[in-house]
Amino acid sequence: MRLEPIANPTLARSISLPFAAIAATVVIASLLAMAAGANPFAVLGLILKGAAGSKFALLETLNRATPLIFTGLAVAVAFRAKLWNIGAEAQLYAGALVTVVLGTGALGWPSGLLLPTLAVLAMLAGAVVLLVPALLKVRFGVDEVVTTLLFNFIFLLFISMLLEGPLKDPMGMGWPKSARLIPEARLPRIFDGLRLHWGFALALIAAGVVWVIERRTTLGYEMRAVGLNREAAQFAGIPVNAVLIKTALLSGGLAALAGFSEAAGLKGNLTLDLSPGFGYTGIIVAMLALLNPLAVIAAALFVAGIFVGADSMSRAVGVPTYLADIMLATALLLMVLAILLTRFRVVRE
Amino acid sequence: MTGRDRLQDDAPVVLRLNDITKTFGALTANDAVSLSLCRGEVIALLGENGAGKTTLMNILFGQYTADSGSVEVFGAELPPGNPRAALDAGVGMVHQHFTLADNMTVLENVTLGTRSLWRPGLDRAAARAKILKLAQDFRLSVDPDARVGALTVGERQRVEILKALYRDARILILDEPTAVLTPQETDDLFETLSEAVAKGLSIVFISHKLHEVMAISDRVLILRHGKLVAEARTEDMDKHRLAALMVGSDVAAPEVAPSEPGAALMSLQGVVTPDQGNAPGLKAVTLALRAGQITGLAGVSGNGQAALADLIGGLIQPAAGTLALADENHPHWTPREAVQSGIARIPEDRHKTGTIADFDLTENAILESYRDAPFSRRGWMNWGRAEAFTRGVIDTYDVRCPGPGTRIRLLSGGNMQKLILGRVLEAEPRIILANQPVRGLDIGAVNYVHSRLLEARDNGAAVLLISEDLDEIMTLSDVIHVISEGRLSPEFPRGTMTPAELGVWMAGHGFDDEVAHAS
Repeated sequence: MRLEPIANPTLARSISLPFAAIAATVVIASLLAMAAGANPFAVLGLILKGAAGSKFALLETLNRATPLIFTGLAVAVAFRAKLWNIGAEAQLYAGALVTVVLGTGALGWPSGLLLPTLAVLAMLAGAVVLLVPALLKVRFGVDEVVTTLLFNFIFLLFISMLLEGPLKDPMGMGWPKSARLIPEARLPRIFDGLRLHWGFALALIAAGVVWVIERRTTLGYEMRAVGLNREAAQFAGIPVNAVLIKTALLSGGLAALAGFSEAAGLKGNLTLDLSPGFGYTGIIVAMLALLNPLAVIAAALFVAGIFVGADSMSRAVGVPTYLADIMLATALLLMVLAILLTRFRVVRE
Repeated sequence: MTGRDRLQDDAPVVLRLNDITKTFGALTANDAVSLSLCRGEVIALLGENGAGKTTLMNILFGQYTADSGSVEVFGAELPPGNPRAALDAGVGMVHQHFTLADNMTVLENVTLGTRSLWRPGLDRAAARAKILKLAQDFRLSVDPDARVGALTVGERQRVEILKALYRDARILILDEPTAVLTPQETDDLFETLSEAVAKGLSIVFISHKLHEVMAISDRVLILRHGKLVAEARTEDMDKHRLAALMVGSDVAAPEVAPSEPGAALMSLQGVVTPDQGNAPGLKAVTLALRAGQITGLAGVSGNGQAALADLIGGLIQPAAGTLALADENHPHWTPREAVQSGIARIPEDRHKTGTIADFDLTENAILESYRDAPFSRRGWMNWGRAEAFTRGVIDTYDVRCPGPGTRIRLLSGGNMQKLILGRVLEAEPRIILANQPVRGLDIGAVNYVHSRLLEARDNGAAVLLISEDLDEIMTLSDVIHVISEGRLSPEFPRGTMTPAELGVWMAGHGFDDEVAHAS
């Protein structure tokens, strides 16, 4: 067997294959559920029910999808320009850090002024966190995969230090957590009585804005050109380095909004478990969405649904929640395969 | 010389293609093409870009699977889609773009892939002996221990041919083999091919250089739009009829009238640029590009042409000396500034630097001008205007494509080049940098590009034509410079030099006693 390139893949092929990847993921998950001694249909049903079967479940999924939309967008934007940002986790925490430093009473402004200020400053912080690896890349050719990945650990330890030191909540009974945000710094709920905060709406807006940037602005055109063929972009006079820096600022800012939204919308303070790896899961989200900003929303909902659904499934039938991790990993691998098969067909010898 | 006299009428058929059809989406690349090749015969496959020559050979070699039809080698049908089967049956292919590992020696490259995975050892002595014998028999002089990265283009091609012969190929397919060779190297290649047919090999020669087809082939087959439109013995043909059959109508090369040179639009004064790896930089180059004049730059590949093109294109800056446009100096010389100063740049490699393969025609057409009105304002793209511009280029420059939304990777080289021409010429440039503008193009496209350059010259543009094809330089240029190891010869007006005299300069002689020669 070998691969033969397809010069011009049909639209049907490029749309149906990603869906086939998701379907195959479900089949493989079913087999694993059977191996765990459970009825696969019951397991899938319970995951679906746990993810979207009730108002509570659905809201939980939407809440879980919110940070994933932000980190997914951050990764999608960067990868579009072939800037390999693996550091969305650190940028997320940078956003959360700014939110709690300024939102726990340092700025006593009304909500309408304080929240936008926090969001903008959080974005700036995330942008700065990615700016350093981006500058190292364009100045000295330092591989950003290494720098952004390793910086995640440095930054998490830095947060840990702050939470044990200057940011430690004096009323926290010794736990490494920050003080709580003042009420003016909390993102309100969208609907009274429903546990869904405005961070979700902000995420949807961000996806729309990123889509508009990519398709309708010169920056988006430059980002795509640099990503597809850096040499031709350089030759044509596109300022490649400036585009990479701008992309880094945008990507870091988007990832930081995830931290802002989690801190100000959901948790209300900063702890070391604010993000269970949303920055890394954002890579899966972006890849599942084929880097399309609008598809990031759907991919984030899918990923969040699997996580939330698997939790409740596990409680009901005792199949470990690791099934969720396996499903995501399978989905990612199959999606990569689907992308490959969109451009190549398998020829039998 | 050819094998015409040698070839007997009863020579056995070694290769047969039966009714090969291959479609890519709506495009029919090959439409029921049949051909046969006899032992000791050279057939030429002639056709414009996009006529289906390369597709047909890729099917023969098993790189594509035909929709229908079959391939027979020495009477046995080849399983479709299997290059290994083609290799084992004795078919060797020398691709237009070489497939060699630069960091390995000739010996390693030639033996690469011939060893079993289970017996990784290599009998170097035996391999070397076989290579040396082949090299001697076929007049392919090349050092088996040289690193391929250090070889010239002509030598690399010899390695490719050796690779095929080492695998005991009896049928050689050569895809545009002379596109990268100097005239001297082309002669060497033809000698090798003559040796090969004398030893009973059969050759498929793909080209669109008519004089070469006339010189080397016994039989010529002409493809047009995927169909075999003519097949004839070469001796019954002439260049003019071949050209007409190829493009489907009569073609004439553009007439070149003398020009009226004007003021210098760009001048280089003692410009020095650093060497880039193996490629020499410029050594105190002084050059003036005048309005209404085509300046030809002749030279063997890799003698500083790239440095000069990069310099004028804004990709590098002078390390010493000055680059001046009309009278203004440009201390911060960038591609953007070059474009804005009215320089049209036709890059050497239209696939890698000229276009972005996965961008559509519209996105490629505005690559240099997307920041200017009307294509964008304050950072917002106006795709409607961009598409309208692209439609205009498609119409004016006769770019054959399904529409402006087509990804440019689907276009033939000629149509890609026409889009680039449209992109740069629509801006009404004052200076045109044409770096190998017709490399790999068919006659129709070559004449088109040349007539556009002449038209621009007659409208007052200063044209710098960089080419390794001396015929092209001598036909089009009003003045000629020769470049050798980064040094520039004096200016030779049209008609003052013979090819042989230019060849002396190309070989690097004459630069030290410049004054004597320039007089």
